[in-house]
Amino acid sequence: MRFRLTEDQRALREGVRQLLARRFGREALRAAVAAPGLDRALWRELGAAGFFALRLPEADGGVGLGLPETVLAFEEAGRVLLPGPLVATHLAAASVPGAATGETVVAAADGRLVEWLTEADVVRGEVAGAVPLRSVDPLTPLHRTAAAGPTDPVAVLLTAAEQLGTATRVCELAVQHARTREQFGQPIGAFQAVKHLCAEMLVRAETARAAVYAAAVTAQPADIATARLLADEAAQLGTRDCLQVHGGMGFTWESEVHLHLKRSWVRAQRGGANTESEELLAADLVG
Amino acid sequence: MRRQIAVWGPPVDLAQSPEEEEFRARLREWLAKVLPTLPPRPSPDDWPGRRAYDLGWQRTLYDAGYAGLHWPVDAGGQGATPTQHLIFLEETERAGAPYVGANFVGLLHAGPTIAAEGTPEQRARWLPPVLRGEEVWCQGFSEPDAGSDLASLRTRACRDGDDYVVTGSKIWTSHAEVADWCELLVRTDQRAPRHRGITWLALPMDAPGVTVRPLRTLAGSAEFAEVFLDEVRVPATHRVGEENDGWRVTMVTLSFERGTAFVGEVVACRRVLGELARTARENGRWDDPALRRRLGRLNAEFRALWRLTQWNVSEAEAGGGVPGVGGSVFKLRYSQARQRLYDAAADVLGPDCLDLDRPWTLDRLSSLSYTIAAGTSQIQRNIVAERILGLPKGR
Repeated sequence: MRFRLTEDQRALREGVRQLLARRFGREALRAAVAAPGLDRALWRELGAAGFFALRLPEADGGVGLGLPETVLAFEEAGRVLLPGPLVATHLAAASVPGAATGETVVAAADGRLVEWLTEADVVRGEVAGAVPLRSVDPLTPLHRTAAAGPTDPVAVLLTAAEQLGTATRVCELAVQHARTREQFGQPIGAFQAVKHLCAEMLVRAETARAAVYAAAVTAQPADIATARLLADEAAQLGTRDCLQVHGGMGFTWESEVHLHLKRSWVRAQRGGANTESEELLAADLVG
Repeated sequence: MRRQIAVWGPPVDLAQSPEEEEFRARLREWLAKVLPTLPPRPSPDDWPGRRAYDLGWQRTLYDAGYAGLHWPVDAGGQGATPTQHLIFLEETERAGAPYVGANFVGLLHAGPTIAAEGTPEQRARWLPPVLRGEEVWCQGFSEPDAGSDLASLRTRACRDGDDYVVTGSKIWTSHAEVADWCELLVRTDQRAPRHRGITWLALPMDAPGVTVRPLRTLAGSAEFAEVFLDEVRVPATHRVGEENDGWRVTMVTLSFERGTAFVGEVVACRRVLGELARTARENGRWDDPALRRRLGRLNAEFRALWRLTQWNVSEAEAGGGVPGVGGSVFKLRYSQARQRLYDAAADVLGPDCLDLDRPWTLDRLSSLSYTIAAGTSQIQRNIVAERILGLPKGR
């Protein structure tokens, strides 16, 4: 049995991380919040790097990799809050011309929501009569659709990977803050009350990681539902704890914590209600 | 991405290799043959009976070549890979084989400690009887005033000729009534910094001056004991490692206890969860969507814990076989999940959850020890925060 990343997978993750650090660092994130909209140049650059074509066969101009590697790339995207309909465009790589290269931006209805509807070149799913929402996430424009559409299990898994990226990142942010912010003459991270918040963030993130990576290997419905539930929990509770560790600063618009929190809420709406995942796993017990 | 990666290695493989599958098949076949021949299990209160039963099972394992699977070969073990050890724990639990029981300390802590730190004479004296199921060890670490703060322990040992003279008391000692040996931590230097005045001794439990007083747990049974030591003479040749180096000697192998101790239990919890769901279907509770979803979420929880186990074992395999701090992450999550499992069981059973003749009632009570034993959840969070996340030590 071998359940750990290969050298090549680590290298891939590092490659994606470097690309994103260069093209979508903290300054770019701030700029995106100040002036929302899809960065077409960045989208094409992602396409050129193979982000959308990761699972396309090499014969079709793709990278020819599998779900485990794709999950790593989406985890990195989640870490930096990369905006745009990443999952929908990735899933369209084989069927929508230009999606694989980043020339075509593809949005898709998921449940009763569509992200990036008006910015997309191609929209998949039933979106007639979709109504815009004033989106809670400044970096994700949203429309509500009239009818709930089907959900793709791979989309659920890649969303879980993004949630995992957020869960990991906010744990790092909380730890960074707890090590440097001083009160009562010492870093607040020396207080057990703060320490234990951080420890629980890591426990949730690492348990979710095992679930997400395993689901990427097996692609079984019960494994994907497990990954989804654990990753949603790790991201949503993690962002909240990160905010708590940051104190008043965490409640400001200036801090990036709220962006992670809001995105984790948006992603948690994808893939149908989480009660559906719970029902699937309940049925699995008696199946 | 395309540019950075030229050649791709083998993908993650959750399936087992042919050698591992063969190991599993052989073990399964052996278990099917041997389990029906075992004597009936003794009652929980019958301590001599439990000792005999647990040692008998260890002897059976020894005769079949499964004793000390994870011990190094030069210590008499099988030198199995962590994956093989995982398969062993998984299969023995699935087949309903006996637990490690009274052999726990000998196989999982005292034995590995002696294997790692003992002299050739000490290894020859103490390791074979553990593997053959002839001697039982218990652990004399905690004291009434030294629990989570173990390094503050006060049981004293003074050198007198070729002996140490030991006085003090130990607590929470499982299997003390039936143990032959106790791995004992004592203070040998009162003035040294607290971690540097501790020594590791092998105490014969039949030595004059040793008194064992069983402690009754909240579940009603006597699962552990207090051990009083009144000027007990322990030969200096029973010291493993140097004098005052006992803290390090102990910590070298403490991770063994946390690394794999719960593998079989996760398998058992997943089985219990399936039984819970079937019971709920029979008694109608399954029609309650809130309960059903709660069981579904617990399924996710234990599936994830199983994956985390596989992840930790794979990491240990790559890192030289010693389980790392990942064990603390696992223990935190698992101990909480186990308590939630039996709380859900109570919800399935309704009024029957108050009936002590229902096994889940006792299991629910026992689950309360999981966030305390082998390092409380609070101490585990400190370990995770300080050793993994690098947060500063403090109070």
